[in-house]
Amino acid sequence: MGLLPDLDLLRLDFPILNRELAGGHALVYLDSANTSQKPQVVIDTMVDHLERHNANVARAMHQLGAESSAAFEAARDIVAAFIKAPSRDEVIFTKNASEGLNLVANTLAWPGEWAVGVGDEVVITEMEHHSNIVPWQLLTQRTGARLRWFGLTEDGRLDLSTVDDLITERTKVVSLTWVSNMLGTINPVAEIARRAHEVGALVVVDASQAAPQLPLDVVASGADVVVFTGHKTVGPTGVGVLWGRREILEALPPFLGGGEMIETVTMERSTYAPIPHKFEAGTPPIVEAIGLGAALEYLSHIGMDAIHAHEQAITAYALEGLATIPGIRVLGPLDASQRGGAIAFDLPGVHPHDVATVLDTRGIAVRAGHHCAKPAHARFGVQSTTRMSSYLYTTPAEIDALIEGLAFTRSYFGLDPVTAAR
Amino acid sequence: MDLDALYQQIILDHYRSPQHAGLREPFDVEVHHVNPTCGDEVTLRVKLSDDAEPVVRDVSYAALGCSISQAAASVLTELVIGKPVAQALVVQQEFLALMQGRGTVVADEESLGDAVAFAGVAKFPSRVKCALLPWMAWKDATSSAMNGQPAHPNSPKENHHARR
Repeated sequence: MGLLPDLDLLRLDFPILNRELAGGHALVYLDSANTSQKPQVVIDTMVDHLERHNANVARAMHQLGAESSAAFEAARDIVAAFIKAPSRDEVIFTKNASEGLNLVANTLAWPGEWAVGVGDEVVITEMEHHSNIVPWQLLTQRTGARLRWFGLTEDGRLDLSTVDDLITERTKVVSLTWVSNMLGTINPVAEIARRAHEVGALVVVDASQAAPQLPLDVVASGADVVVFTGHKTVGPTGVGVLWGRREILEALPPFLGGGEMIETVTMERSTYAPIPHKFEAGTPPIVEAIGLGAALEYLSHIGMDAIHAHEQAITAYALEGLATIPGIRVLGPLDASQRGGAIAFDLPGVHPHDVATVLDTRGIAVRAGHHCAKPAHARFGVQSTTRMSSYLYTTPAEIDALIEGLAFTRSYFGLDPVTAAR
Repeated sequence: MDLDALYQQIILDHYRSPQHAGLREPFDVEVHHVNPTCGDEVTLRVKLSDDAEPVVRDVSYAALGCSISQAAASVLTELVIGKPVAQALVVQQEFLALMQGRGTVVADEESLGDAVAFAGVAKFPSRVKCALLPWMAWKDATSSAMNGQPAHPNSPKENHHARR
């Protein structure tokens, strides 16, 4: 059914999956859209760097400095290959995806070829993570531009019927998520990019949920800028990636000022380094970037096509299982081939916090709340949801544990009097 | 982790049959508090007496959230309505100490009543804020009603005060 072969062996790569939790329960980790677990090779690569090669990059004129710089820049090459970037110079290391989105939204406020101003419009969508909403609110509030957005259909897709009204000659930026962190929806990025480019707008794509699950080709995506975070792709926290087309990155003014991003500095003014360093002020997250390199090599070794097939198989199995829970409402597309591995659902009569706590006492880790997507929750009339999210190490048996846990949750809260446990 | 220690029968009873629920007139102050990490919300009104040593005449609320936060709001109203404000604030302090005690504080049933059932919540760090949400809202509203000043100038933007 598309599952990765030798799943038991693959799971041994992730030491945390062997953890025993309170009450002797084995960990069932279904919160990978929140953050993924890390394989031993990522942990070892980071430890080895800190133990043997640690030095600052690009500014230390000694052997360790050369080793550290080489490892850091090698990580940039790995990222470039992973996303099929035409040039390594187009790969900027950031702190996370939020910083990448803020980098674009912030620099567009300044004069220049892509500047956003009064009368201009920025188009986002109602399914965005807060990190792809708030930076654009800040930009439009600061510049007097107007923020607009795609609404959603009942089954959790973008309502494209309004595209002619939304994307016009006034549109300067279209920013959208590739895969929704709440609804799981995979958006037609290339189609929207084509429409946006017809009016000369810049297309920004949040690939935070796409990068872990889909084979990425940034050029084929049609986007001008793509951001993602490292910790959801089995890498460490503290590092993210921004890819942008060279001419755009060269046209945008610097974001943060500081060391590394300069060419020369006088007391009056400075000139800036070429990309990528122009956007990497200060000492970068060195060991984190190196860890991310190891993570993306690990994923590439398994193969993103195989990981995507595994996610689809697990997602289909989970959707089948969830459908057996009385009253449950899954938000987003119900066809596994049309969606990513994050599945948010509402279990009427039990608040998501209570669902998450009951599952937690059985060793099952899920997320409960608004998942940083309050507008999308409001759209579907729910304050919060429970979200399970799988990854390459998720097994069908773990989905079975979730479904059993949900049945128990229902009976624990008295929704199923016949089999009530209390 | 013992699920039954968290979900004491008393808590589930209050969740299913909340006491003093709904927003009522008259009131002195209304506050709206949210837990930004999870989205739980409570709108809460207080009415104090005009005495020199004011008494809590009424607490009414509309709560949106989990069983713990809903039950906490219900238990709160049972504990504070009819008490002198000074005495109710002592109960609030005791409840706060119980919640922040990580399971080491022994609950005093004499003063905390049904709220002793929340002792188990203190062992679930992610749920302590749920239990405290209505209590923090009540404290905020009460101190506003007492002195006419916004009690929490630093509270999140979404929180609001309205004075009658």
